[in-house]
Amino acid sequence: MNQLDCDQLVELVTEFLEGALDARTERQVVDHLALCDGCGTYLDQMRQTARSLGELPPDRLPESARAALLDAFRARPGAEPRGGVT
Amino acid sequence: MLDSWSGGMLRLARSFVSTPDSAAEVVQDAWLAVLSNIDRFEGRAALKTWVYRILVNTAKRRAVQESRTVPRSSLTPEPSGPTVDPDRFQSADEPYPGHWRQMPLPWPSPEQRALDEELRSHLERALAALPDRQRIVITLRDVEGYPADEVCSMLDISAANQRVLLHRARGYVRAELEAYFASPGEPGEGAG
Repeated sequence: MNQLDCDQLVELVTEFLEGALDARTERQVVDHLALCDGCGTYLDQMRQTARSLGELPPDRLPESARAALLDAFRARPGAEPRGGVT
Repeated sequence: MLDSWSGGMLRLARSFVSTPDSAAEVVQDAWLAVLSNIDRFEGRAALKTWVYRILVNTAKRRAVQESRTVPRSSLTPEPSGPTVDPDRFQSADEPYPGHWRQMPLPWPSPEQRALDEELRSHLERALAALPDRQRIVITLRDVEGYPADEVCSMLDISAANQRVLLHRARGYVRAELEAYFASPGEPGEGAG
């Protein structure tokens, strides 16, 4: 059975995390990770990268644009208050 | 809804247009388009997905007006080289070809490194340096947290294409973070 080298494994990491690999390749990845600390670290860093990005603070709409939009919402023709959705 | 969605919409809009001001206008225009078309919303997609599609279309039109290159699938093939520097791996005449020459060093644990201002701006710069389509996908997936199928539907791309773009983008940002954590100035607690 074929074995993966590290330089091949690093290109499969995202598909592995997404659960998109076929069963055979996925097993090869797991077998490799079981024996290779370097690739374990790499996988972990790709996860940490995604998580750090998720911690970035949201942007905010400028107050003038926000006010204009709220006016537009209220002025919508035929707008009826429905279930208190604002 | 306006407040909770606009932040993510702004971030996405900035991937298409050149300035924060025009991104804000894109978001504003998109909301107005949502308002005038809400009766046509069929409920087949999640409301937020539908709003984001309108946003993407609005942003693309705006980008054309700015005559900035629009991200478009047919325009350029994605770069297909490796996402990790080949020098990191042993070559054919070394004992373990294809294996790490020097393993990646573990990073400080998340508890040890709060997402401080410096790391945050480093991440923002890394995002800004990505090619458009990669930046748009990683922004939606990792920054905004959308599931893969919704991102495919918003951008009208295949699942495989979405994964390739995400992989390349994450690989780039990971390398930038690695360089950041390896740099002597880190972790910064002021200029001490």
